[in-house]
This record gives sequence, C-alpha cells and structure tokens, in this order.
Amino acid sequence: MTRSLKKNPFVANHLLVKIEKLNMRGEKEIIVTWSRASTIIPTMIGHTIAIHNGKEHLPIYITDRMVGHKLGEFAPTLNFRGHARNDNRSRR
Amino acid sequence: MNLLSKIANSTKNLQSSLPSISSFFFRGLSIRVGGVEIPDNKRLEYSLQYIHGIGRTRARQILCDLNIQNKITNDLSAKELITIRDEVSKYLIQGDLRRFNDLNIKRLEDIQCYRGIRHIQGLPCRGQRTKTNSRTLKGKRVPIAGKN
Repeated sequence: MTRSLKKNPFVANHLLVKIEKLNMRGEKEIIVTWSRASTIIPTMIGHTIAIHNGKEHLPIYITDRMVGHKLGEFAPTLNFRGHARNDNRSRR
Repeated sequence: MNLLSKIANSTKNLQSSLPSISSFFFRGLSIRVGGVEIPDNKRLEYSLQYIHGIGRTRARQILCDLNIQNKITNDLSAKELITIRDEVSKYLIQGDLRRFNDLNIKRLEDIQCYRGIRHIQGLPCRGQRTKTNSRTLKGKRVPIAGKN
C-alpha cells in the first residue's frame, strides 16, 4: 500500500537535518547513514550518501533520476557470487 | 513482433498509394486497425484484443464509448471502421507502448537500483521466490550434474 500523500515522503530526521546543514553552508561531504528506508528527495541531489548494507557503507552519488526511490534500493544487501563449484570429482 | 508492426505500417502506406496492387497482395489477410491485422471472423470485442495494449477491459470500453454493437469484424461498415481506428489511436498501443516500457526499464537499469539490477540479471524484481518457480524469467530449466 502506498504512503499517504498528506504525510509527505519519509525521510529520517537526522538525515534531513544533516542535508539542510550542508545545503546552507553550500558544502559537499559524504553523509554516512543507516537509514535505508528514507526516500530520496530533490534536496539530496548532488550529495554523496554512504548507505549501510548491513556490513559497510557504500557511497552513492545522488542524481536527479533517483528522486522518489528509497536509499536502500541502491545498496544491495546480498552478494551472490554464483554457486559453489562441485569438487567431488577432483577428490576422487 | 516489432518488425511485424513495421512491415504492417509500411504496407499501410503502400495501400494508400497503390490500392489495386496492395489489395491483391493482401487479399488473404483481414482488416487493419492500429497497424496490425485483426481477425475478421471473430467478434469485435475479441478481435480488438489482438492489438498489443488492448485487453479485455479496454476492448469493451471502446465498444461502449462508440456505441457499436459487438458484431463480427467482417460485417463492419467503412464508417464504423474509421471511428474505431480513431478511437484505438487515442490509446498507447503497439510499438509506442513497447518503447515506453523499454524506456522505463532502461531508466531503472541506468540508476542501478535494485529493480534495475534484477532486470539485468533476468530475475523477478518484486520479491517473488526464486528457489523454485519464476520460470518465465529464468527460462527453461538447466539440469545440473550430480543433483538428483
């Protein structure tokens, strides 16, 4: 179910404060965050946000086409490297 | 499919310029609406569904909007055919619809979000299970040696 429009998109408060502060000063620095559920809003464009994937923070540069998506969509939590090789034959 | 519609489009132009030749050439085929042939031995509601982008709901909606009886496509008068063509062209159909969908998928792939990555991998992107099923996207089963 979609979120009520009345409430506006969800953005974690600490993230919002940080971005506003950076925008006020006109600076760019990497913002480290654990908030994967936050929506990307137009004020974030041009910043680099390091998003937690459960293990480390992946720095993602926010562009205008990403607006409306959640931060978590850009930091995959699973890393599938293909199936394990069957070594039975070499053991025999 | 795309190629087919292209051919259909080009033949449509041909038809307007050379009516006698194209009618001879296409005698075996049926009426063309929205760039594709629709079968003439079926009722309108079903023959309209041969157009990509028109399903059950939209076919019924078109008939409702135009106040046309659901008769067999062959029995349509030239006037009705023109009104149907106009009505169908209001919707996003065939090549335009496919291009629209492809653009949206391309956007997801370009921004490297989860859904885009799943599209690239050829796996379902709405959280379905992939341990079993999801054969539509994964294609035919590939047997793995020693796994029985």
